[in-house]
Amino acid sequence: MNIAPARGSRIVLAAIPFFLIVMVYIIGSAERRAANPEDKLLPPISEMADATKRLATEPDRRSGDYVLWTDTAASLQRLLLGLGISTLIGLGFGLTVGLLPIAGASFGTIVAVISMIPPMAVLPILFIVFGLGELSKVMLIIIGVAPCLIRDMSIEVQSLPREQMIKAQTLGASTWQVAIRVVLPQIMPRLIKSVRLMLGPAFLFLISAEAIAADVGLGYRIFLVRRYLSMDVILPYVAWITLLAFLLDLLLGLFARKIFPWAYVEELR
Amino acid sequence: MKRLLSFAAAFAIGLSTITAVSAAPKKEFNIAWTIYVGWMPWPYAAETGIVKKWADKYGITINVTQINDYVESINQYTAGKFDGVTVTNMDALTIPAAGGVDTTAIIMGDYSNGNDGVVLKKGKTLADIKGQKINLVELSVSHYLLARGLSTVKLQEKDIKTVNTSDADIVAAAKSPDTTAVVTWNPQLLEVKSEPGATLVFDSSKIPGEIEDLLVINTETLKDNPNLAKALVGIWYETIALMKDESDKGKAAREAMAKLSGTNLAGFETQLKTTYMYYTPKDGAAFMTGPELPKIMDQVRGFCFEHNLLGEKVKSKDAVGIMTPTKALGSAKNVKLRFDASYMTLAAEGKL
Repeated sequence: MNIAPARGSRIVLAAIPFFLIVMVYIIGSAERRAANPEDKLLPPISEMADATKRLATEPDRRSGDYVLWTDTAASLQRLLLGLGISTLIGLGFGLTVGLLPIAGASFGTIVAVISMIPPMAVLPILFIVFGLGELSKVMLIIIGVAPCLIRDMSIEVQSLPREQMIKAQTLGASTWQVAIRVVLPQIMPRLIKSVRLMLGPAFLFLISAEAIAADVGLGYRIFLVRRYLSMDVILPYVAWITLLAFLLDLLLGLFARKIFPWAYVEELR
Repeated sequence: MKRLLSFAAAFAIGLSTITAVSAAPKKEFNIAWTIYVGWMPWPYAAETGIVKKWADKYGITINVTQINDYVESINQYTAGKFDGVTVTNMDALTIPAAGGVDTTAIIMGDYSNGNDGVVLKKGKTLADIKGQKINLVELSVSHYLLARGLSTVKLQEKDIKTVNTSDADIVAAAKSPDTTAVVTWNPQLLEVKSEPGATLVFDSSKIPGEIEDLLVINTETLKDNPNLAKALVGIWYETIALMKDESDKGKAAREAMAKLSGTNLAGFETQLKTTYMYYTPKDGAAFMTGPELPKIMDQVRGFCFEHNLLGEKVKSKDAVGIMTPTKALGSAKNVKLRFDASYMTLAAEGKL
C-alpha cells in the first residue's frame, strides 16, 4: 500500500496490459491465418487499418458518404441528446423529489419502480409509441438512464445535513432559494460523477437501438457487417466506440475538477 | 518481460487451438439449426431418436444443437464450432464460403415459395414502393428478394431507402405508424401481412428456386468422414417422409414440429404451403444436378458482389468459386462452395 510507482513507471505499468492484449491478438490472428488464409474471425492489424482507412477517408461506393464520420456524427448526436435530456430530468426531478417531502411521497416509489424496468424489454412498446426514427433511439437512452439519475440525485439531496436547510430558512430563504442556492451547488459534482458512470449504459442502449432499426450509426454498421463476419470493420469500430466513451468520461472528469475543485480536495493525487 | 511474452504466446496458442478447425478423423459431430419451417425436421429427428438411429448405424455421434440467432449459427459454423449448419444458398456463399471455409451442400431441403415477401402499408402494387422507406434485414435474403422484385418493375435500389431492422423486432416495427414498407420472412411475414391495410405485393413464389434452404457441412470434414453425410441424409429423408405423411402419424409429427417452432399445427401448415419441400432424395438430387442451379447461383453471386458481400477487396463476382454438379462458376482455384448431390442420389437408390 505504501509503495507508489513514479510517474514514468506508472505509464509503463499502465501500458503493459494493453501490450499483452495486442500480443495475444496478433499471435492468435497469425495462427488462424496459417490454418485458413481467408479467415475473417481474427483479421491481422494491417487489414483492420486498411478497413479503417477505407471507411474514414474514401466515400462509400453506393451512398458516397464517408461512412465512419457519418456513423459517428449520427451516434454522437443521439447519445448526447439522450444523455443531455436525461441529465436535465435527473437533476430537476431528483432535486424536487429529494427536497420536497410531498414530491418524495408521490413520486419516490414510482421512480424507484420505473428504474427497475429493463428498457430492452419494453422496446416493442417504444417502437409503437415513438416510431422507428431518431425519437425512439433517444427515448431508449432516456428511459434507461434518467430514472437512475433521478434516484441518485434524490438520495444525494437527502443526505445533505438537515441543519443547512433549517439555517437557510431561519435566515429567510424561500424553498426556491434553498433549492437553488443551498442544494443545487452541492449536488452538481455528484451529478457529473453519476453521468460519467452512466456513459457505459447509455452507449449500451444506443448500440442496441441502432442494432434493431437504423440506417446510419456506429451500432448499425457493426450489426450490418456482422452478417458476413467482417471483423476487420467490427473490431476498429469497437475500439473507436471505446475511445469515444473514454474521451467523454475524461472530459467530464476534467470539467468537474475545474468547476468544482472543492469537491475533489480530499481526492488522492 | 520475456516471461510475460511467453505467457502471452502460450495463452494465444491455447486460444487458437480451441477455435481452430480440426480436420482429424473423429467420431462426434455437431450440427446447428435455427427455427424455420423447412428446418424443423432436425429437432424432431433428434427428439424422436431418428438421429441416434442413423448415427449408431455409422458408428458416430451427432449432436443437433439449436442456435437462437440465425446469423450467429452461421458465424459459429464459420468459426469452426460446428461441422454443419442449416443455411440458405446466399448466406452459405457470403459467410462461410467468402470467409474461406470450404463448404459443401449435401441436402437440398426446400426453396421458399412465398415464405419471403414484400408488404406495403401504403400502396397496392410493387411499383408503389418507389420513394418509400423500407424496413428489412439488410444484406439478407429479404434484401435479395427486394432487389429481384425492384428489377421486375424497372426500379433500382437508389429509388428507395432501406432501414436495417432486426428480424426479431420487425413485427413490432411494422406496427409503428411511420413504417410503410416491410420485407421479411415467415413466421413474421404472416403477422405483418395481416395488419389492416397491408398488401403483399411481391413474394418468393415469383422467383422459384432462388432462395434455397440447405444443409451444408465443412468440405474437409466431409472428405474425412463421408459417413457423416450418409447419416445426415438418412436422417433427413426418414424424417421428412413422416412430415409429408397424411396419416395420424404424420399429423403428430407435424404437430410436434409446430410446437418446437413455437406455433400450432394450423400455423405450421400455412407456412408449409409456401415452402416447396423436396420430399424425395430423387427430386432434391434432380434439382441440384439440373440446369437451373448454376443460373440461380449466378444471379445470387451477382447480387452479393454488388453489395460487397464477398469482401471489400474482391474485384469481381468470380472471386469465390462455386461448384455445382453440372457447372463451375468463378475462380477454379478458389472453390469454396460446392453442391454435392451424390449423397441424395445414394439415398434415392436405397444404398445408405
